[in-house]
Amino acid sequence: MSTAIKLEKVSKAYEIGQIGSGTLSRDIERWFVTKVLGKEDPFLKLGERNIRDQKGDSNIVWSLRDIDLEIKQGDRLGIIGKNGAGKSTLLKLLSRVTSITSGEIKIRGKVASLLEVGTGFHRDLTGRENVYLNGAILGMRKKEIDRKLDEIVSFSGVERYIDTPVKRYSSGMYVRLAFAVAAHLDSDILIVDEVLAVGDLEFQHKCLNKMEDVATQGRTVLFVSHNMASVKELCTTGIVLRDGMVDYSGDVVGAIQHYTSEALDLDIGAASAGAHGWVRICGMNGQREIKVLNTESFEVIADLSLADNIERIDIQCIMENAEGAQVVHNRDSGLERLSAGIHRVSAEIPEMYLRPGVYTLYFKLIAETEEGSFVRHLSDRLIIDISDDTEIFSGKVSATILPPVEWNVDSNFYEFSTLQHKRLDQSRDS
Amino acid sequence: MSEKSTTLEFEEWSLTIRPKHGWFDVDIAELWQYRDLLYMFVKRDFVSFYKQTVLGPLWFFIQPLFTTIVFTFVFGNLAGLSTDGLPQPLFYLAGITAWNYFSDCIIKTSTVFKDNATLFGKVFFPRMIMPLSIVTSNLVRFGVQMILFLGMMGYFAAVGASFQVTSGVFLLPLLVLLMALLGLGLGLTITAMTTRYRDLSFLVTFGVQLLMYVTTVIYPLSAAPERYRWLIELNPMTGIIEAFRYAFLGKGDFDMWSLGYSSIATIVILAFGVVIFNKAEKNFVDTV
Repeated sequence: MSTAIKLEKVSKAYEIGQIGSGTLSRDIERWFVTKVLGKEDPFLKLGERNIRDQKGDSNIVWSLRDIDLEIKQGDRLGIIGKNGAGKSTLLKLLSRVTSITSGEIKIRGKVASLLEVGTGFHRDLTGRENVYLNGAILGMRKKEIDRKLDEIVSFSGVERYIDTPVKRYSSGMYVRLAFAVAAHLDSDILIVDEVLAVGDLEFQHKCLNKMEDVATQGRTVLFVSHNMASVKELCTTGIVLRDGMVDYSGDVVGAIQHYTSEALDLDIGAASAGAHGWVRICGMNGQREIKVLNTESFEVIADLSLADNIERIDIQCIMENAEGAQVVHNRDSGLERLSAGIHRVSAEIPEMYLRPGVYTLYFKLIAETEEGSFVRHLSDRLIIDISDDTEIFSGKVSATILPPVEWNVDSNFYEFSTLQHKRLDQSRDS
Repeated sequence: MSEKSTTLEFEEWSLTIRPKHGWFDVDIAELWQYRDLLYMFVKRDFVSFYKQTVLGPLWFFIQPLFTTIVFTFVFGNLAGLSTDGLPQPLFYLAGITAWNYFSDCIIKTSTVFKDNATLFGKVFFPRMIMPLSIVTSNLVRFGVQMILFLGMMGYFAAVGASFQVTSGVFLLPLLVLLMALLGLGLGLTITAMTTRYRDLSFLVTFGVQLLMYVTTVIYPLSAAPERYRWLIELNPMTGIIEAFRYAFLGKGDFDMWSLGYSSIATIVILAFGVVIFNKAEKNFVDTV
């Protein structure tokens, strides 16, 4: 398959602090040094890495540094990384919103990028007028919108209000309409920044489905999200960005594993994690992804490395769905008196009749040391791919838990209770 | 498909993004691709203006009408400035109608980057579409004000005032084009510079107002003091306004030389504006 996007040594530098380089005199100095003397820009120091929490000595920050990347046609690439790792910058460069500092990007095919839903919507215009305006902003021709208008409106589900100014819309309707326009762009490459963070769960699900449709049509999808489950559900390959560089590139499960094991110390704070150990979880056979029916239980293993003796440790097991909502939180399991060293703990997670889909599972540990101080820990994330064996409702329900319910019929109940029968008749008459 | 053609296709990238671009980098083909967007922006400007105001398009008449009344009172009656023998309201309205178009073009395009920062930060489209759409929607407004002006001409013709329409009216499209491009060129320059130096935006509104006094809006060029005449003639708008007034009212210092000068100045200013706008456009998202 041919290459859809190729990045060669792409870098992007930002100036931080003041607007521009600050002053006119500095601009002149810069112009003089670079253009007249032909030297390197003194305000761009090479080789400085973009590390958010460390202060650099220049006010130039390399948001992306020498990125080499090849994305094949039909790839569904998930881009993950910490805040400030350069994910959004990469998308901005690809969608030509901002220019690159050095390197080259080659693209084959039409790009549609969705860095925000509803860009350019005007409050006073009606839904219909905004569909045209927004479509044109995203690069659609008027004829194209004419042709797709009905489809867009019915996807959005706001038919009734289509001739009402959007300022009267609820924020949910607004987002629905906006996403509907974007979802109907004809493009070879679709770039999506975390737009799913808005809208209700049902609609988020609809968006994910729509993007999967796009991907299965052989189009290339680039997707940025902090939500590992939705990245897993949508993408086949993944890259992890770290401090403006590609830290990992490969299949999506590997990328998520790489990122979550690295992000361990992010949530808690590096100091406590380093001093008190770590947790790694996996399935019974060491696998990083568990495929299971929603009527089955499954087992997970965690390797717990403790630096200190622990008086008591509280293990909470949390599962998140593809929309990032916590759906399971178990908090009764506790272990007492563990000595320093590595322990393997295993747990059986009972069948929970969850709606089929991709979930992530992680442990939250709260340990109390012998000195009485508390240490909090998060484990890395395990992917739980849950499917349904009944297939009756799958895909049609938006509920989270689909427990089996058994019905009992007692046809003789009223025959023996004539008194109740009469009461029923009376209430019907009145 | 033969193997040769596949390898050929492999080399054909539809888009290459590189850091540096040329000085005069306007992709006309790309602008043409987005012509529907220009139309949508113009339509948006109108529909939203129409919906937000009670009087709607009536405002297009009110502003020049009241300005004319005030000018007639202050400059005509109090200061007693010459109007080249033309009826005072007609003289002022001609100047105001043309000047308004020019000044609207400058003022509105000079805030393009500031007003559209979020939009530009999220979607790519040729940035030049935005100032072009502003110039176009102002054109509709100018058209409406021309109706007022023609109506006024009709009234004064009926009461037997002395003025005459000359064959210069055929130059109207050229005059409008010059005003649009001159306003666009200045507006592009200002908006590009304000992305780096914010202070400039404060200068625009009163700067344009002051510029009006160096243009022959409230007085004819013939009445300009000899000492300052060179300054007034240096202003490219003077030639355009004089030609406009000559075309419709038959009075004014109209000659091909000054119009030629205005055209050249317009082209130079526009080219400069486009270059500096393109330069600013590349990185403005990072600096605003």
